[in-house]
Amino acid sequence: MIDFELTPEQKEAIRIAHEFVEELFRPISRYYDEHEHESPQELIDRAWAERNKNTLALGLDVTASLRIEELCWGDAGLFLCVPGPGLGGAAIFASGTKEQMQRFLGSFNEGEPKWGAMAMTEPGCGSDTSAISATAVHDGAEWVLNGEKIFVTWGKRAAENPGGLVVVWATVDKSAGRAGMKSFVVPAGTPGMRMEKLEKKLGIRASDTATLIFDNCRIPFENILGNPEVKKVDKSQTKGFKGAMATFDATRPIVAAMAIGVGRAALDFVKETLEKEGITIRYGVPKQKLTALERDVIEMEANYKAAKLLTLRSLWMMGQLQPNNLEASMAKAKAGLAVTKITQKAVEIMGPLGYSRKYLLEKWMRDAKINDIFEGTGQINMLIVARRVLDYSRDQLK
Amino acid sequence: MISFSPTEEQQMIVSMAKQFANDEMRKIYRQCDENGEIPDSVIDTVWKMGLTSSSIPEEYGGPGGEHSAITGSLIAEELAWGDLSITMHILCPALFAYPVLEMGAETQKKKYLPLFCDEKYKAATAALIEPRFGFDPYSLSTTARPDGDGYVLNGEKCYVPLAAEADLLLVYAAENGSSQGFIIEKDTKGLEIGEQEKNMGIRALATYEISLKNCRIPKENRLGGEKGCDFNRIMNCSRVALSAMATGLAKAAFEYSRDYAKERVAFGEPIASRQAIAFMLAEMAIEIDATRLMTWEAAWKLDRKGEATKEASLVKAYADDMVMMVTDRAVQILGGHGYVREHPVELWLRNGRGFVTFDGMAIV
Repeated sequence: MIDFELTPEQKEAIRIAHEFVEELFRPISRYYDEHEHESPQELIDRAWAERNKNTLALGLDVTASLRIEELCWGDAGLFLCVPGPGLGGAAIFASGTKEQMQRFLGSFNEGEPKWGAMAMTEPGCGSDTSAISATAVHDGAEWVLNGEKIFVTWGKRAAENPGGLVVVWATVDKSAGRAGMKSFVVPAGTPGMRMEKLEKKLGIRASDTATLIFDNCRIPFENILGNPEVKKVDKSQTKGFKGAMATFDATRPIVAAMAIGVGRAALDFVKETLEKEGITIRYGVPKQKLTALERDVIEMEANYKAAKLLTLRSLWMMGQLQPNNLEASMAKAKAGLAVTKITQKAVEIMGPLGYSRKYLLEKWMRDAKINDIFEGTGQINMLIVARRVLDYSRDQLK
Repeated sequence: MISFSPTEEQQMIVSMAKQFANDEMRKIYRQCDENGEIPDSVIDTVWKMGLTSSSIPEEYGGPGGEHSAITGSLIAEELAWGDLSITMHILCPALFAYPVLEMGAETQKKKYLPLFCDEKYKAATAALIEPRFGFDPYSLSTTARPDGDGYVLNGEKCYVPLAAEADLLLVYAAENGSSQGFIIEKDTKGLEIGEQEKNMGIRALATYEISLKNCRIPKENRLGGEKGCDFNRIMNCSRVALSAMATGLAKAAFEYSRDYAKERVAFGEPIASRQAIAFMLAEMAIEIDATRLMTWEAAWKLDRKGEATKEASLVKAYADDMVMMVTDRAVQILGGHGYVREHPVELWLRNGRGFVTFDGMAIV
């Protein structure tokens, strides 16, 4: 049955997340935007202490979408500081065995705060993730990793804090193309893995975006996710690569949910400001009678809604264990672009209030933009949607 | 609990509507558009499926199914994929029947609803739009003035579908400034049906201007009796219906231009293998899905009898833009071929432009 009613548990999850961010995110939003690379230790400790009450782990379903939206309504950068298995966890869930899930994530919730990260992008390859040059060589009971990974979200925290982990994508056989691409779990503190530098960014400045160097980094053989075999029969074999893509089916809707949280923060600010000025947005009024301002706000709201429903659908499908590759990319492409436009329009409408660092709106505009870039740029996601609706392979549509 | 999966019963109705759209409507729609008329036989065939009457309660002679805006939206999308003119013709009686079903006084339900449960198509319609710039459904020029034991109506209406053959018209008029519905039976003195209109699109749907000149009707013909009607809800039901139809029409244009783009070779490759074309198609697909989901959400609000103005008007505004974007691109993707009437995309573009004007011409 088509239904949009939230369960009492979902309403409660939203309420808890909302209170949490109002108390803990919003008051420090500006500080950590202006003090990049400082760690919000109090927030991290508090989030860790309350991790069971206010489950911040990424369960991949509708409830997760709602919760993430709420947390990123609070602050997307600080959301990315909250301890948890993160994208590393998502990768393990998507292509690990039950034993691996247990081994790597079973005790993730215990002890000190921990983070999980995923290292994919390299200086020489961004969206073309199949072109990665980091290598993994099988040596006895171990894999030896070498290479440089950039733009690793949670990279510093995951690599340095005990108990954390980084899922690293590397090729075991360059000549095998995509089939040779595998993912490996590297526990925090493994010798040979080091954090090289932290990026200075346009937005989400509270989030650590790191460069990680792998220099003869040795990990146990069992830390490979998925099948270690490389099927070299046919170069078009893409099984290894499919592991990465399955991960994206899970993580793209999460980014979409983050995006709509930021978009809603901007929309709420606009509406509250207008309300204070005694301006109400009229719904159901013929187009030719609307003011330009009303048209703008209505368009922003409609786009927010469109992005949100596409996002909920893609995560609902995930919860139903339905393949959601097309829907995940649809949600990501739409949400990334929609909130980029919503926040930019909000700054425009609010004029001096929008542009001033006295308020958070300009920060949300900067924060929003990343959602149209990471986990596949808007263009990459459009390409995926296009291939899917055309039923084209990567060779037929480049 | 949030779910995007229609019920089994809905899936059955949808597949029935889909089949009819594919087997019947798609065969004749171009000819209907060229000739400006729809064969009665097609209308009779679909009428027997009971799409309008299915939600009329047993006590009024219907099968007593649940009246649902979600189900209505699902059907409207499938039919509009087939053809918009034929869809609006088929669903036209609902313009009268549904407001009576939802908001009519008991005597009105008893008198009128059984008429829609016949084997034979019952033409009935509603008149909302007025022929002037700045038309606003909430501020109508047509007036209904209480006068003794009745009302006197005056004004001009346009885009009244099937007005010439309809036995019953639901005319919306301002009564002390607020929009209310008034039932006018055929041949009432003062009701004049004008010439059939000539429009850019929906050419197969017969629409008319009508004028009301001191048209006197009994008091009991006010929709909802003394209580009146919830006009805003009627508007929301219309917005949802039109959004669903826009989704179906856009889907037709998307599919056609997608298939064409895969066939048409330029510079040695199908044009679909170029990003300039492929990305247009991807965006079309995304926006169609987004509009459908927003339509469902607004329909869901209506089914819960909640206040749905925000959702319904947001999706309607979104659908108006979406359907233009999609149908225009469909023409663009076909290039010169899209401009000629051998292909359907020019027809869909003409029909698509109408949605922004069609308020009140369809209902769920």
